[in-house]
Formats: sequence, structure tokens, C-alpha cells
Amino acid sequence: MDTILINNKEEFIYKRHIDRSLLDYLRVDLNLTGTKNGCGIGACGACVVLVDFKPYRSCVTKLSKVIGKNILTIEGLENSDGTLHPIQQAFIDAGAVQCGFCTPGMILTTYAFLLKNNQPGIEQIKKAFNASICRCTGYKQIIDAVQIASVTIKKKNISVYN
Amino acid sequence: MEMIMNDMLLTNNTVIPLAKQKVRKRKRFIVCIKKPENKTVSSNSIKQSITIEKSQIDRQGRKSVFRNDAYLKVTGRAKYVDDLKTDQMAHCVPVYSDYVHARIDRINTRTCENAKGVIRVITAKDIPGASTYGQINMDYHMLADDKIRFNGDVVALVVAESRELAKSAAGLIKIEATELPAIFNPEEALAAEPIHDNMKSNLVNHYKIRKGNTESAFEYSDYVVEKTFNTTFVEHAYLETEGALCIPKPDGKMIVYGSMQHPFNTRKWVAAILGVKLSQVEIIGCSMGGGFGGKDDTAAIVCARTALAAKLIKRPVKMIYDREWSMRESYKRCPYKLQYKIGLSKVGHILAVQCKFIVDSGAYTSTVPWLTFRSIVHCCGPYKIANLKADIYSFATNNVFTGAFRGFGSPQINFAIEQMIDICAEKAGIDCIEFRRLNMLRQNSETITGQILRRHKVSIGEVLEKVVKTIGFKNKFKKCSFGKDQDEQYGIGLAMSYRGVSLGAEGSDFCSCIINGQFDGSIILETGIHENGQGAESAMILVLAECLGVNKARIRYAIPSTSHIPDGGPTVASRGTLVGSAAVTLAVKNLKRIMSKVLSDKLDCKPREVRFKNDHLFGKTDDIYISWDEAVKLMHQKHKYPFAFGHFKAPKIHWDEKTGMGDPYFTYNYNCQAVELTVNSKTGEIRLINIVAAHDIGKIVNHGMLEGQIYGGIAQGIGMTLTEEIIIKDGRIQNLNFNKYKVPKAVNIPEINPIIVENRDPDSPFGAKGIGESALEIIAPAIANAVYNATGKRYFSLPIKIQKTK
Repeated sequence: MDTILINNKEEFIYKRHIDRSLLDYLRVDLNLTGTKNGCGIGACGACVVLVDFKPYRSCVTKLSKVIGKNILTIEGLENSDGTLHPIQQAFIDAGAVQCGFCTPGMILTTYAFLLKNNQPGIEQIKKAFNASICRCTGYKQIIDAVQIASVTIKKKNISVYN
Repeated sequence: MEMIMNDMLLTNNTVIPLAKQKVRKRKRFIVCIKKPENKTVSSNSIKQSITIEKSQIDRQGRKSVFRNDAYLKVTGRAKYVDDLKTDQMAHCVPVYSDYVHARIDRINTRTCENAKGVIRVITAKDIPGASTYGQINMDYHMLADDKIRFNGDVVALVVAESRELAKSAAGLIKIEATELPAIFNPEEALAAEPIHDNMKSNLVNHYKIRKGNTESAFEYSDYVVEKTFNTTFVEHAYLETEGALCIPKPDGKMIVYGSMQHPFNTRKWVAAILGVKLSQVEIIGCSMGGGFGGKDDTAAIVCARTALAAKLIKRPVKMIYDREWSMRESYKRCPYKLQYKIGLSKVGHILAVQCKFIVDSGAYTSTVPWLTFRSIVHCCGPYKIANLKADIYSFATNNVFTGAFRGFGSPQINFAIEQMIDICAEKAGIDCIEFRRLNMLRQNSETITGQILRRHKVSIGEVLEKVVKTIGFKNKFKKCSFGKDQDEQYGIGLAMSYRGVSLGAEGSDFCSCIINGQFDGSIILETGIHENGQGAESAMILVLAECLGVNKARIRYAIPSTSHIPDGGPTVASRGTLVGSAAVTLAVKNLKRIMSKVLSDKLDCKPREVRFKNDHLFGKTDDIYISWDEAVKLMHQKHKYPFAFGHFKAPKIHWDEKTGMGDPYFTYNYNCQAVELTVNSKTGEIRLINIVAAHDIGKIVNHGMLEGQIYGGIAQGIGMTLTEEIIIKDGRIQNLNFNKYKVPKAVNIPEINPIIVENRDPDSPFGAKGIGESALEIIAPAIANAVYNATGKRYFSLPIKIQKTK
């Protein structure tokens, strides 16, 4: 039977689910409702999850395309002891959350982006959100959050090696 | 480095974390004394704790940010309506027709009823209660019965075992109808047959203001400027679409979870369609993915239809809108045609204004009369005008209906008047800032409706000067291209406004609050305002903590329910912070009175001498105190509840519909924004460089969220100015999703520098006014003025599309 790794947990895929979108599979079948549906056509970024640490718009990704891959959703971002990931904490500290509907997608987009850029400038961050819509915040505090997160992550790295 | 980064970020997914990531502890006020045994003990530590608390309360200049729901939202735990599930839940979808204006002959539902998984098909004849409803005119047909009035009318509902089955069966419904001539231009509406059978004509409403003598004032004018402006349909684009989950209870009550910004209004719609009393319907709040004025009527209607389905099939029913349905059916920002004629003296005084506005209300009335009331009383901006003739007309058409959208009738007005001001200044040969200074409202000035602005501080000059100085307007204005032949043309522009806060004379303005102190010292707070995503709950928690002198960690905001607290009116009109904080302040006053009466003996003082601060109750001096925990315990032991209700009723206001005179709002806030931009004359691209925004909001409650409102409001305003436009062809919307409807992305938003001005309002018990709408309402004219100063061309229509010169 086909399997998929979701938030480090192996899931077996039933044949009847194979034609679903990844979004429906997560939300309806696994009840992982942290991933949101904003437009259904991959234009708003609310449904972004990470597939092998790359951002995918889950509403336009067929489940059959991600079999055997490693999926990270917003539910998988916390540490096992319940503490928050630095990106999640940065979103709180920067005031980057208003209605919160775009937040999970924004946080995961940030995650993938910071994997590639550890010292991002404002313009780079803005471009990273090219496929993401936030209607509440005007993006300013989200950009602040990305910068705070990048600094926190860097600092922690240094402390690891000291 | 990248490798380390990877490991760092992967800690949640791998078994071996490199470093344990801890939640950064927020600075929290800790009471230094655990439990004062003896109330007369003097202690340095408690004094020390007082200083800590003071530094927290004193937020001047400090950017604190607090959200009670942020943790839930960053972890994906927050539950929006589509995240809720229940046993036996069926799914409902709406059915539209391709018609725009037609008389329905027959709706054939048989094939659909027999389709796989379909439980029931519902049409208007199945409605047990009222089939039409509305906040002002009862003209909205919850399901189209006799006629289709616009392309977004819902003709039937399909209820099925799954959403997919309901959607696939919906296409099997056959609608036979006779097409009727349709009206799309409001200016042709008056001559056309009424869209609604019970209306005499398509005129929805007409308001006017007559002041002074415009005719003779124009005769005395040295210059007369006349211009016409147009604005368009704009979509709210809340990221979460409309939705509801309705659960019928055995006792006949209908429980409604939904995404809406006016639960009490929703309750009216639901009760109306079901034909039951208000007490039989309970609306329970859940997280809401944005509203911006757009989740009033349509959101309530979606809840009402879902409740109807649940009642008819006697099972829980969920209905979640697709983006295309939401954009097709939900009301939009009203398009305006604005004609202005302004007379000036040689030295630049505005002598007379004559204006006429034509508003497209679309197929239904919604809140257009209230909205046009706001437009007309603000129609001359923050300026002294002695002679005015103003008329606003709104008409029903077969376009998508229009209504509330952040700004509510002001952004359209400001787009025109603030450009007119720049045009007039140029005509009079006066610098646009000087021209504003010359004509603007001052303390004790009279507004166009005859209201004397004496009670609160008139700070339009203050916000103007702050913006001019911060952005360096004078020097930058000289550098503008003014249409010079160059690839990158530079311009700077500015606009300002005053805005009546809260509902004003358009509605009755009140709100209530319940504070419920628990035995263990925790506090449950509830108010009549609603969390739309803007941070209303957090603001109310902060206000309570500050007024009652307790740590905010004690306070939990109760899940709001229309069965618990009285109707607090809609959370619209930038009124949440004002009326909510007022109700909390007054409830705290009552609670303090109740507690002081019981506990003053213990504190060795008179009831009025008891002071509440730093999680303690103090007597005459700081040496005599009891902790909050102890105080509530004592209250309970004495069988006195630390429970209080408070309600705020806005000061009396009035507006005479016949003359347009009166005091339409009890207070105003003051706003000014300036923008720098470049226009690429080859591509026509407008690039915003920098925005400075000053707003007098009364009193800061939650600094970070306040700035968030400014950034977000400006971003929406930028969308309305440059990219957003609902395109309607023969009554059918062409851009029904975000691939074709362009809301601003991060790259479109420039640096924004917010300047907060605090002038506490004497009529607001907490001093706060509001920000939500002011942030959005003047960026369009500021951009338009800057574009003019860059290109030398004036753009009279929204959205601004640059004519390429090369």
C-alpha cells in the first residue's frame, strides 16, 4: 500500500483517496484543518504545505503526486514538548497575525524561504510571498516576523557551536 | 551555514533536535507578594511591583503587541467554521442561474433530487418564515422566487451527503425563465421599470444638504472649478469565504456557527427565514477569516439558508462557499459618480461647493442608505464651507448589489474632494498644503451640517503638519516631475480627512459588557462586539486589565454567543474599540462599586476610597491592601458576586433628513496620509516608494495591532486605487477569483511610516476612537495627487490606469 509521511507520521493511502487534492486529504480525511482553503485554484497561498521542504499549494496538488514524500503542515511545526518553532514565535512577537487565515501558509512559506536564505533582505522576503495573499496586515509585520525569525535561528545556531 | 539552518529548522521533524527551542517568555507582571497575611504590613516589594506594572501600562512610545488568539492561529489550532465537524452532518450548496434579470417560470428539481447522495433540494416555496429580509428595506430574496434580479441570485439549495455530491448534483437543476430588460447604468434606472415589484421606482434613496446660498456665492467667486469623478465595484476579498454550520437541537433551538461580523443581525435573518423567535436561534462565534464590512448581509444570508436546510432535513448542515460563489453573490463597494463644482476667492478661500453623487446600489438595498448618509455628511472633507448644495441619489440596477466595505461611503467621496482641493489650490496659485491650512476645520469650527466641533480636540492641523514634516513634503514637492519628459517620473501627493466615528445618526449606538470574576481569581469577559480578525477581543482584554488594575493573564474572553449578552450592534464603522472599550470601562466602574462596598471594611476605608491596581485592592494608603485573589474569594464567601454588567450608550445625536443639518456623529477622528511614487512613462507602471500616515485615534489600546490596522487599511486602499476592479459584462462578473482579481501582494506595498496622535476623546469613556476605516479612506486621492504631480495628468476614475505616453 502507498504511504506518505505527514508531520513525521506515516499514513497509508486508501485507493479511494488517491484522486483527491492534497488539501482535501489533509483537511477532510486526516482532520488536519490548520491548512486553509482560500481560493481553490492555487492563487492565494493559504493552503501552502511543504513537500520535501518545498512550498506546494495543496489545493492544486493531487495526492497521487506526493505519494512517498515528506509533508510538513502547520500542525507539525511545534516541538514535541509543545514549544513553538522560532518562526511561529516571531509571527506572534511581530504582530503578524490578524484574522489568521493566511498565517499557516505564510509561516510554511517562510520556513521554506529561510532554508534557502538565512540573511534575507526586505525585497527578497517580499518576493518570497509572491504567491501569497494577506488581506489584513499589509504584509509589513509579516516581513518583520521573517526577519525576527531569521535572527533567532541564526543566534541559536551560534550558541550550538559555542 | 545552510546545512545548519536546515538542521535548525528541521528540529520539529527529526528526532534529534540541535537545540531545544523554547517559547520566548513574554514579560509578565508577577505579584511579588504571594499572600499578604496581615493587611497592614508595609512592603518594599509591593512598591517595586507597582513600578513594574506602571511601566507596562505606560505604553507611550513602546510598541507592545498582544493577541489572545495568536498562539491558536500560528499553530493551526484556531477553528474557523469550515474546520468544524459534527456527526450526521450534511452539506449544502447554492444553485445559480445564468440569468441576470428574468421572471422565473419553472424550477425543475426532479433529476437533481434523484441524483446520488442528494438528501433534499430546497427552493423558495419551502421557506417556513419570511422569504425576503433586509436591514433597511426588506427586499432581499433569500431564495429567488418570482424573479431573478441579478446574476448572483440563488434559486435553489442542494443538500447532500457530501459537498462533492451536492456540487455535482447542483448542475442538474433546470431553470426556465423569461428574460426581462436589464439596467446596468444607475443613471438610466429612474426611467426604467422598477426591479422590485413593490417599489414605485428604482430610486433607493436621496439625501441632501442645503447650507447658505450657493448661487450668489458662485457669482462672487473669482474661480470656479468643475470636475467629475468615478469609482468602481471593489471586492472585500476576505481570505475566508462565507460559511455556516447549523445544528438543530431537540428543543427546537437552532445553533449557528458562522463566519460573520454581525452575529445579532445574522440571528435576525435566521429567525426570519425559519419563522421563529430570536430566542430560538443562537449564534456562536468562531475564528473569522476577515470581513472588512463584507460579512454582514451576505454572511447572514448564508447562515440563514444553511439553517433552513438544517431545519428541513432535521440534521446538522454545513455550507461553505467556493471563492467563485462568494465573489459572484456577495455585495461590493458601491460605485459612485461624483460631480463637484467649487467656487474660490482670489486668495484661495472656498466660497461655495455644489456636488451631486449617483450611486449604484445594485439589485438590493442592503446598507446603501446608511452608507450614502455617511457620504453626504462628509462630502466636503475637513474644510469650512459656508455655502453648500449637495445631493446624493442611489438607484437599484441589475448589477451585483453593493453595500458596506471598510470606509463605508467615505473613500469614494475622499477620492474626489481631496483631488478637487489640489485642483483648486493650483487654480488659485497657492501651494496645496497652504490651501488646506487656509480652509481646514479648526477648534470650534462649524461643519457643513452645522455641527460645532467643540467637545473633542480638532486635530486635522496636527496630523497635517506631522505628515508634511515627517515626509519632507515641501522639498520633495519641488522635485516632482510635473509631466516632464522622462522615463521615471517622480511625484509626491497628500490627502486628509475627518471621519465621524461609529454609526452616527444612521443607527442606534450602544454596546454592553459582562465581567464575571471567578472564585479562583480568574475573570471571564464578554462584550457585544465581535472578533473579525482585527483584534477586538485582545483590545477588550487590555482595556479591562488596565481599568481594573489586574494582570491580563487572568482574563479569558468568553466564546461569544447571542444568547449570553445583549445585542451590541454591528462590529463595523470603526466602532468596536470605541463602544467596546466604553462598555468595559463602565462595567469596571460598576464592578469596583460592588466590590468596594463589600471590602472597604477589610481595607479600613470608605467604599469610594478603595483603589484597584497591580492585582490588588488598596485602602487609603499603599500599606493597606488585599490581593485580587483574596478579594474575590472574600466576595464569594460573603455571597456577593464579583459580577458586573455595563453598557455604553453613545451621546445623543441627530440629523435632519430634510435639510441635511444636525450633529450626525458625536466625535470625529482626523487623518492625513502622503505618498511618494514614480511612474514609468514607458510601461505605465506606478511604483510606490514611501507612505507616511498620521491618525488621531483618541487613545492607544494595543500598539502593534493599531499599526497593523494602518498597514492593512493602506494596503487595501492601494488595491482599490491601482489594481482592484470587479469587471461586469452584461451583469455577469468576469473576474471571480484571485487569478483575475488582483489584490495587492507584498511587493506592491511600500514602506509605511505610521504616526499615532493621541487626543483622548471626552465622550469616549476609555478615550479611544477607532482606526479601521480611516486608514483606508485617503490613500487613493493621495496617490492620485502624486500621480498628477509626477505625470501632469489627472486621473478621475478608479482604478488609476496610466496612459502610456511613449
